[in-house]
Amino acid sequence: MTISLPASTLSSRRAPLADPREQLARLEASTAGRASFQETLRAAGWPDLTPASLEIFQINLGKLCNMTCRHCHVDAGPDRSDAMMTREMVDACLRALDQTPAHTVDITGGAPELHPEFRYLADAAHARGKHVIDRCNLSVLLLPRNAGLAEWLADREVEVVASLPHYRQRSTDAQRGDGAFEKSIAALRLLNTVGYGHGNPRRILSLMTNPAGAFLAAPQSSAESEWKTALHRDFGITFDRLLALNNMPISRFLEWLIESDNLDSYMSRLIDGFNPVAVSGVMCRNTLSVSWDGRLFDCDFNQMLDLDAETAVGTMTIESFDFEQWQKRSVVTRTHCFGCTAGAGSSCGGSTT
Amino acid sequence: MSDHYYAPEHLKAFGSISEGAPELGKKFFEYYSAVFAPGALTEREKALIALAVAHTVQCPYCIDAYTTESLQKGADLEQMTEAVHVACAIRGGASLVHGMQMKEHAEKVGM
Repeated sequence: MTISLPASTLSSRRAPLADPREQLARLEASTAGRASFQETLRAAGWPDLTPASLEIFQINLGKLCNMTCRHCHVDAGPDRSDAMMTREMVDACLRALDQTPAHTVDITGGAPELHPEFRYLADAAHARGKHVIDRCNLSVLLLPRNAGLAEWLADREVEVVASLPHYRQRSTDAQRGDGAFEKSIAALRLLNTVGYGHGNPRRILSLMTNPAGAFLAAPQSSAESEWKTALHRDFGITFDRLLALNNMPISRFLEWLIESDNLDSYMSRLIDGFNPVAVSGVMCRNTLSVSWDGRLFDCDFNQMLDLDAETAVGTMTIESFDFEQWQKRSVVTRTHCFGCTAGAGSSCGGSTT
Repeated sequence: MSDHYYAPEHLKAFGSISEGAPELGKKFFEYYSAVFAPGALTEREKALIALAVAHTVQCPYCIDAYTTESLQKGADLEQMTEAVHVACAIRGGASLVHGMQMKEHAEKVGM
């Protein structure tokens, strides 16, 4: 449904939904009478959602972003310089990283490239031999302050995971704002020029698509070949892989669902679409998520809902990180988790089946 | 019982149509699932065909269902609108091509 929500953060508007407790309450209310996520998991043979091997160390540098997308689960935006990780906290992340077997450092935000410590962190993770991921909104690469950043990323073999809702303009601009598609295409061409997206494992360009509306993500593998054909045909652009992600019913996407009267039907779609096969691959099982202020979470979505990870020794921070205890925890789940188990499953790494 | 035709909740309850003829229902729904599985055509292509046909048979259940399905298979509004125009062109063309019968008959009986 076309509705005109202000292109601004919930935080700047002091909207009630800026409070994660309000978000959780709205989700609970919309699913009253349905089996909870925990009950659904139990019925599917998962009495407890336990961690798998830790593979991904995901660091959210903060909420500052040059864009204000309508579906943003972070409530990021140009006004969010209130939430930025300090150098000391980045160093604490690196010390914690050294305790773990994680092979990948996943840097996210906001637009992480706007953070003053972004290059320091990416450099340090690369120097440790980690695979580094930059979760990129594409348009940030075109900012004058980031001139040369694409080459810099290529030199450090950073995988760029770029958000692009659709390979056509209409759906992309509807979600990310007028002009977003054109800028995305320009940034993708830039990345192609510096060697990304041509099948070189040291210059991986992944595109991440999430639906522009209240429906599930497209099937990843068949969509990938269609996207590759279309982007090459229409714009001469190549990329390596497509990741399909469901929209999580939180933050600004939750606001849109409520305002467009889609919340109840979307939650039903997620719950009815529960796929037990998708559970084992959900990202909370192999990911550690650190917030800008050093708190630890099972995933970036729990982070945005203030659902701190729970370990046997209580709430841990990055400064008190203990890998052994971390691996013994159970994942904290709530109603929004249906977003990761619907359809083909959904995670920061795309579909889970 | 619904007090109007085309109640939206009927779509969700469609599976219960099997109650009166379980074997036929089972066969139909198995066939239906097989038809929409990826094959020589992709799921997206099949969803767009279904969307166009839904407009031809003017089924409101199918229009809702295959609008969502087309979106979920990665189609966008422009592609879906073009699919509906294909249905529209065939419907319109089908009317118009019958005009050939009219024309021939008019030519036969006219001076």
